[in-house]
Amino acid sequence: MATRGAKFSDGGEIGRPPIPADAQHEGFLRYRSGYWGKMALGISITMIVAYLLVDVEPRHNGGSWFGYTLGTIGVGLIVWLTMLGVRKRAMTPGRWSLKAWTSAHVYLGLSLVVIGTLHTGFQLGWNVHTLAWVLMMIVIATGIFGISVYGILPRQLSANRDEATEVQMLETVADIDRQLFDTAQPLDAGGAAIVQEAIDETAFDGGLRQRLSGRYRGGGTTRALADFRSRSSSGDHPLDELYDRLEALLARKQAALSRIRRHLRIKAMLQIWLYVHVPLTFALLAALSAHIVSVFFYW
Amino acid sequence: MADAYRIAIIGSGPAGISAAGRAAQLGIPHILLEKTDHLSDTIYKYQKGKHVMATPSQLVLRSDMDFEAGKREAVLGTWDEQTASQGVNVRLNSEVVAIEGEMGNFRIALTDGATVRAENVVLAIGTQGNPNTLRIPGGDLPHVQYQLDDPEEYVDEHITVIGSGDAGIENALGLAADAEQGNTVTILNRSAEFARAKDANVKLLTAAGEQGRIAIMTETSPAELLPGEIVLDTRDGRTKIRCDRVIARIGSAPPRKFVEACGVAFTSEDREAFPKLSSAFESTKNGIFVIGALAGYPLIKHCMNQGYDVVEFINGNTDLKPADEPLLEAKFKGLPGGQTVDQWLDFLRSRVAILHELSPLQMREFLLDSDVHFYRKGKTIFEKNEPGSSIFGIAQGSVLVELSESDKSLTQEIEEGSIFGEVGLVSGRRRGATIRTAEDTIVVEIPRMATLKLMASVPAARRAVTHISTERQLLQMFGAGLKSEELVDVMKTAEIVTVKAGESIIEEGDEGIDLFVIRSGSMVVEKMIGRKPAFLSYVPAGSYVGEMALLGDGKRTSTVRAAIKSEVVRIDGNVFRDVLARKPGLLASASEKMTTQQRRDQFVEAKKDSFSGVVDMYSSVASFLVENGIGEATDVLLIDENLCVGCDNCEKACADSHDGLSRLDREAGRTYAHLHVPTSCRHCEHPHCMADCPPNAIHRGDDGEVFIDETCIGCGNCQRNCPYGVIRMEKVPPPKPSLLSWLFFGSGPGPGEPDHDWIVERVSDDTPKVAIKCDMCAGIEGGPACVRACPTGAAIRVAPEEFLSVAQLETERG
Repeated sequence: MATRGAKFSDGGEIGRPPIPADAQHEGFLRYRSGYWGKMALGISITMIVAYLLVDVEPRHNGGSWFGYTLGTIGVGLIVWLTMLGVRKRAMTPGRWSLKAWTSAHVYLGLSLVVIGTLHTGFQLGWNVHTLAWVLMMIVIATGIFGISVYGILPRQLSANRDEATEVQMLETVADIDRQLFDTAQPLDAGGAAIVQEAIDETAFDGGLRQRLSGRYRGGGTTRALADFRSRSSSGDHPLDELYDRLEALLARKQAALSRIRRHLRIKAMLQIWLYVHVPLTFALLAALSAHIVSVFFYW
Repeated sequence: MADAYRIAIIGSGPAGISAAGRAAQLGIPHILLEKTDHLSDTIYKYQKGKHVMATPSQLVLRSDMDFEAGKREAVLGTWDEQTASQGVNVRLNSEVVAIEGEMGNFRIALTDGATVRAENVVLAIGTQGNPNTLRIPGGDLPHVQYQLDDPEEYVDEHITVIGSGDAGIENALGLAADAEQGNTVTILNRSAEFARAKDANVKLLTAAGEQGRIAIMTETSPAELLPGEIVLDTRDGRTKIRCDRVIARIGSAPPRKFVEACGVAFTSEDREAFPKLSSAFESTKNGIFVIGALAGYPLIKHCMNQGYDVVEFINGNTDLKPADEPLLEAKFKGLPGGQTVDQWLDFLRSRVAILHELSPLQMREFLLDSDVHFYRKGKTIFEKNEPGSSIFGIAQGSVLVELSESDKSLTQEIEEGSIFGEVGLVSGRRRGATIRTAEDTIVVEIPRMATLKLMASVPAARRAVTHISTERQLLQMFGAGLKSEELVDVMKTAEIVTVKAGESIIEEGDEGIDLFVIRSGSMVVEKMIGRKPAFLSYVPAGSYVGEMALLGDGKRTSTVRAAIKSEVVRIDGNVFRDVLARKPGLLASASEKMTTQQRRDQFVEAKKDSFSGVVDMYSSVASFLVENGIGEATDVLLIDENLCVGCDNCEKACADSHDGLSRLDREAGRTYAHLHVPTSCRHCEHPHCMADCPPNAIHRGDDGEVFIDETCIGCGNCQRNCPYGVIRMEKVPPPKPSLLSWLFFGSGPGPGEPDHDWIVERVSDDTPKVAIKCDMCAGIEGGPACVRACPTGAAIRVAPEEFLSVAQLETERG
């Protein structure tokens, strides 16, 4: 019969109970008002206090009962943190939220800095045990890089995209190329070669460094643009009108190229750290296994 | 032609050929008239290799022609062959211009000047209509055509496309798609803009124009056709261009006019109305029978069965039971009494008020879509807040509406013959109250589509439903023990007003105390802050506005505008004041609502100076969302691009939860202030996709989700009707190898939607495409996969009234 929200008492907006949590956007860092952050902080402080209070003879090391406790917690955490990769890909039914997992992953992962380091008892050396610790610290460091880019870049990605999809951006470039090709037909061989160079320039040119830094100097388009700009400004050539059109098209291509490159650069920045984070995690698991086996072997 | 045929069948679609086949088998002198040069033009026009479906599967086919699901070519081939082998008398290229005369002596005039005489006429012409033809000199030349089957057929031709609708644009694009074909394509548009076509098509056309692949001539109309040339009237005068072929796509005339000219009456002026028919398919003009899509049956099997039946009826076999008899028998099986189908139909029709005026034929069809239930005393039929858009008619017994959630004894009775559940029908939202039976009761449950059809074809039913639903909505909304007797005066002044999107029903500062109840659609409330309107709240259907002035000084304090096309009930404020005076409880709750709203206004006023930027921002975000169809949404996916890292895990999760096909496109869609509305279903109050689904396969499910069931025939109507482009037509891929075997052995394409080629390799060519869309992950524990799988919390699904409120602003800025 009637519908939701239809009764007198709740018709107003302010008198209603607070907006349900799922009606607002809440990032993984702010999830449940930083529940996992507080949790991780609590664990870390507890561990530091315990480290200071517990008296281990002759000194703190991984082989004491306290060291084993820290080591067990650490290894458990590392394995569980690795499972985020499975959780992300296994779309099983159930009341889980990947955001909650990410939140826990981030904060508990950070607490590993404390747990893992205390576990070493600050006894570091050139051995497989320290290798595991170093790998762990690098994985955490890449993770911190990941959190920072996740915090900063989405906004830029969104602003640069401006409602265009990646496919549309690529199509725009292809479209301008077609027009350049058609427009350049009346040119002589030299002019055509310059335009051809501009057409040949794609969004994917350049190596990894260029793509990550976004510094493209002297591409075919830029050169062609400079060339036609100087030609048309002399102002008395019969092909002036054509030059103007080419110049406009080249300027558009340059703008389109820089936009898609910026898009690809931001996307690459958002992903590239995972190419270190994930393989090193597997290296860490291997080093960890070696560390554990060797510890028990030489017990 | 000397002798009259006993039966002339016009139109050789499924209905027509089935009728002709029956006539041939019975040895009845007959003629089958087809306007084109082939049989069954509608199916002939399907794209090559299209899979033709045979639904509903439970319906038995009764026809002399065979039909089973399969490729277009196979279906047409069977019919062509059987039409020939059964000795059907076909006359092709015979378009009918007029039917004159009376039963026993009809004269059917054809375009070629011939006249066919017949005793009875069966109209099986479908609803496609005739394409409008060019009315210019030379318009009848052989190089003019009104459709384009295969654009690849034409090479090295100068082709002019006339018409600026989607059909014309799509044809032009098809002809120019492959530069190798060497066609020079020109499209003419009488006006300057392509206003009637879809945005996407116009964009493609503009791009093709810029690239020089298609010549676009706006403000141009054809003046004369000559062999090899076309004369054009342009803005700058007359010109002549080369033209080897003209493709004119200038709309088509629906067949109604022609049918009415034959003397057949329709049930109403409504656009969706069908001809009035007897149970033997006879129209109001004796001797003229109407079957098939024109009679309101768009499915092939129905059409073919009717073709068979109508000839049997004409031949005097009045005892013939329709082929749907077993289906109806099954529907009545669980009921007490053990009556025949006809008795049951009669029982329901005479008892339920809104069914009184149905013809026996309409009653049968109506019952095929509906269900009859028997409930014992005290049984709950539906609960408050349950989704559901069907309405119920009480054939026997009575039911009780629970007026209060806390006190179950507070009820209002609905008596025999009346209806309930109708507000959900009007507003498309959830049930407003729990209904239980007062005694042993028989009810007929009518799904939304069938009800809308009923209201369109029976004006009395429309009036009854409108009146009852308005009154009930008021009772429900005001509560406070109000009885329908007390609303008699209010109902007399109540007036239903349709409001266009953007139109206001209340203007800030105006005098007026009328109250507005929102029946369907939604409203936004705004207040002028400085010189700009600030968004105050979003009001969904089922609420009311205007009580501030009524209880206050008669001056409107804010403006109320329609977010989308809406229907409101306007109630005279003075009459309502009298009701308030008699009902202190009602007055109290109205005052309470007013107080909360005054606080809201004060809040916005207060923010005006300190946070004017914030309020401003919030208002523009709100109007952006409303512009993007959130006004008619019941649940929408919103992405905060401050958080979205573009990992597309939402799309992957969607695909992995639903047959490997994603129902959302994260990147596409509009964005404003980093708030992104991706291409994903909004689960509209009144879903556009439901408007024209031949097998009626689109429903609103248990959680309010709009979903497509497995009876989809892949016609693509819903995809075309969806203004938000959220429905895909796809072949369903086979299951992928498991995640672990991908992780460890790299088998299969991995998480997410497999790429196109992977699917194509594994799906056979004749697998039909079906429509797929978001179902809000109904039935999957944990809810929408897109939201669960978002690693950063960028994706949420919300009901608009939760998102669009000033409270949101307040909680954010405290």
